[in-house]
Amino acid sequence: MDASWSPKPDVTRPRSLATVIYEWVDERLGLEEILALARKKTVPDHKYSFWYYWGGLSLFFFFVQVFSGVLLLVYYRPGPEAYESVRQITYDIQFGWLIRSAHSWSANLMVFAVFVHMFSVYFMKAYRKPREFGWWSGMALLALTLLFGFSGYLLPMDDLAYFATKVGLEIPAALPLVGTFLTDIVRGGPEVSETTIQRFFALHVVILPLIYLPILAFHLWLVQKHGNALPPSEEAKPESERRTIPFFPDFFSLDLGMWLIALNVLSILASLYPWQLGPQADPLAPAPVGIHPEWYFMSQFQVLKVFGRWFPGAAGEALGISLFTLAIVIWAAIPLFDTRTAGGRRAQIATYFGYFALLGMIVFSIWGYLDLK
Amino acid sequence: MPDVPATEHTLEQTEVTTDATRRTFVALGIGALGACYAGLIGYPVYQYLATPARKAVAQGAVTQTVLDGADKLPPGSSLMFKFGTTPAMLIHHTDGSWVALGAVCTHLACTVSYEPEQSRIYCACHGGVYDPKTGQNVAGPPPKPLTRYSVEVQDGRIVVTKA
Repeated sequence: MDASWSPKPDVTRPRSLATVIYEWVDERLGLEEILALARKKTVPDHKYSFWYYWGGLSLFFFFVQVFSGVLLLVYYRPGPEAYESVRQITYDIQFGWLIRSAHSWSANLMVFAVFVHMFSVYFMKAYRKPREFGWWSGMALLALTLLFGFSGYLLPMDDLAYFATKVGLEIPAALPLVGTFLTDIVRGGPEVSETTIQRFFALHVVILPLIYLPILAFHLWLVQKHGNALPPSEEAKPESERRTIPFFPDFFSLDLGMWLIALNVLSILASLYPWQLGPQADPLAPAPVGIHPEWYFMSQFQVLKVFGRWFPGAAGEALGISLFTLAIVIWAAIPLFDTRTAGGRRAQIATYFGYFALLGMIVFSIWGYLDLK
Repeated sequence: MPDVPATEHTLEQTEVTTDATRRTFVALGIGALGACYAGLIGYPVYQYLATPARKAVAQGAVTQTVLDGADKLPPGSSLMFKFGTTPAMLIHHTDGSWVALGAVCTHLACTVSYEPEQSRIYCACHGGVYDPKTGQNVAGPPPKPLTRYSVEVQDGRIVVTKA
């Protein structure tokens, strides 16, 4: 392109083609404004800064899910052929095992990263004003992430998938009044079948992403709007003692570095521990011994199991589900309860409640695994 | 800086050069590493997507197809079959001769049809016309004749071989 086309021709030296193209785009899209914003943005630098990376890591694994999920979509066939198509992906299509393995491992790592992100936000008290909507949208994203996990787990239709879904759907079925009706709609009948796969498939690849993406955009916009929250220990310091680093390029590079580590961890797990495919689901076969849900549903599973032991019959289940509902309501209401910026009784209660929840999840998960036999 | 001695000036120059070299080195290193990652991800993805195409090539690499019972085909009619993965047609002409042709139009790959009443092979997509005896393109847009196979009539079957 001729340099004389530019409104401000720089006659001192010829500009490279890249510069010319950049300026052409910049004039029309205002790239400089975005870059100026990125340069102005800073991230607090303190001893808890490590926890700032976990939201980004969750996002990274989400990107991996989209990428590998689209690839699986190329060969996956929902309905009666579901198992056969996953068998083909795993054994017939070149590197299909790797892509499926990466999708499954990344799903687990994403759930893990989301949980770490949530608890670090919780203990840094980053849900406080003005970040309440960040907390609530984050909780919605976590719920959707778990639904992604639950719906995706059925799609291969091997025996574990079949029974996990069968059992999992008994939980909403225990809801009073609407339970049975709602569950039959979701399941597409009284039994887990091809109809269920078709529904879960639509849920997994269309409906959930459609709900997830706008909430994710909202969540990220809020992060951009309010910036990173300071933990109470940093907030207590005078402004002059607080340190920050520029978002671009400093924090951005570190973020990318974490993504690279995440990519390497994922590659190692996916290639050295390929995700297995069990035998095809058979409604007449008994449930395999030692069947259990994925680790992120383990604590809830164990709570229900234990309550069922203590309070036999429907009472145990009802009590367990009520307890979860109560815990989720409290968890969501925390920003309204723990509002003071400085430390105080409510802040302490919130922190203890967080420890209680985290410890409860860990203890019940471990207990769940020990209790399998 | 006019007062700077010549030696110091040289030293400064050297540092600038070293710095520029290091910057280039780091940039090249990161670029090479990025290319490695792109390749490590890109290769499996490519192989994954290319599997059906490769399998089709393997399936298509046949030199002979046996059509059991095709010798009963009445004169003046045709039969569609797959030679490897591509559609092909076997024509039994009224004069008793047998012709096997690829049924893929050489213009834009539509499947052609044999029209015995007009004694032609016709492509409905863009009006291409071929000679049913030779496969020669005689009218319309096709640039080349249809692929011709050799036909051997055996007892109870017909063997079509790549010419």
